[in-house]
Amino acid sequence: MINSVLQSQIFVLDQDQALDFYVNKLGFEVAEDIDFGFMRWLTVHPAGQPDRKVLLERPGPPALDEQTAAQVRDLLTKGAMGGWLLFTTDDAQATHDELVARGVEIADGPNRQPYGIDFGVRDPFGNRIRIGQLAELSRPLTAEDFAAQS
Amino acid sequence: MSTRQDAIEDQNRRMLRARDAMDRTYAEPLDIPALARIAHVSESHFIRAFAATFHETPHRYLQRRRVERAMYLLRNTDRPVTEICFQVGFSSLGTFSRTFTAIVGETPTAHRRRGPIAPVPGCFVMAWTRPSATDRTAGSDRAIEQFRISSRPEPRRRFKS
Repeated sequence: MINSVLQSQIFVLDQDQALDFYVNKLGFEVAEDIDFGFMRWLTVHPAGQPDRKVLLERPGPPALDEQTAAQVRDLLTKGAMGGWLLFTTDDAQATHDELVARGVEIADGPNRQPYGIDFGVRDPFGNRIRIGQLAELSRPLTAEDFAAQS
Repeated sequence: MSTRQDAIEDQNRRMLRARDAMDRTYAEPLDIPALARIAHVSESHFIRAFAATFHETPHRYLQRRRVERAMYLLRNTDRPVTEICFQVGFSSLGTFSRTFTAIVGETPTAHRRRGPIAPVPGCFVMAWTRPSATDRTAGSDRAIEQFRISSRPEPRRRFKS
């Protein structure tokens, strides 16, 4: 049966700008960058994890007609596209500080949560990215844990 | 790509940036000049552009954010209603109760009786349980019901530290 997540997809307005953000700011590596002429297949992955790739797709023809692409771009820039990526880190505060130093826009946090420490970032287009340092848990969390936290 | 569409997308991003700021600092007074600076527009343009982008005014958005946080605290803590009112940024209990009831469709105390919200990441709680701007009672009630059903209490156990 199905046994892993291999690739995810998000929309980006500009693939060069996306490359700069995901590689130079977030420290990702390029998995594939293939120019088909009519479209560019661009995937990245966190350093050291080549088996979890993210496709950075530009909305537009031929996959989407111009009008639909415009709607996607509108939703994306309002933060209303589905694109939501959650990444882990060993040290949320250090990662946060490093990203701030690189000029990354922090949407919120770092916040201490029952499941660890996390913070939110927007990519240049409005996609929501969450970066978490996850606590080691011996059991599933309950509402009580969250109540104790707030 | 038309220049007009570029301008709309650019404005969307600037309004989203300001909305993120409101989500971060919801307990502070609504500071239109500061938000307009984040969005790089004039104050009067900010209110118009925000409303055009998200279909509600910044003031209304902030109210719903505060009410959502209050809903969470009412259900997941045993703090007094007055304390929660001030904690989420209201400065008068009367305004809080009136606004809460108008948006949620029930009083803070009645809402508290619904019990704790299911344990899911905070950012999703903030997004999903924020009362609907348009479909006031129906939308909120459905969300509230979903969260309640999935949040059956589990036996109390201690965190491993």
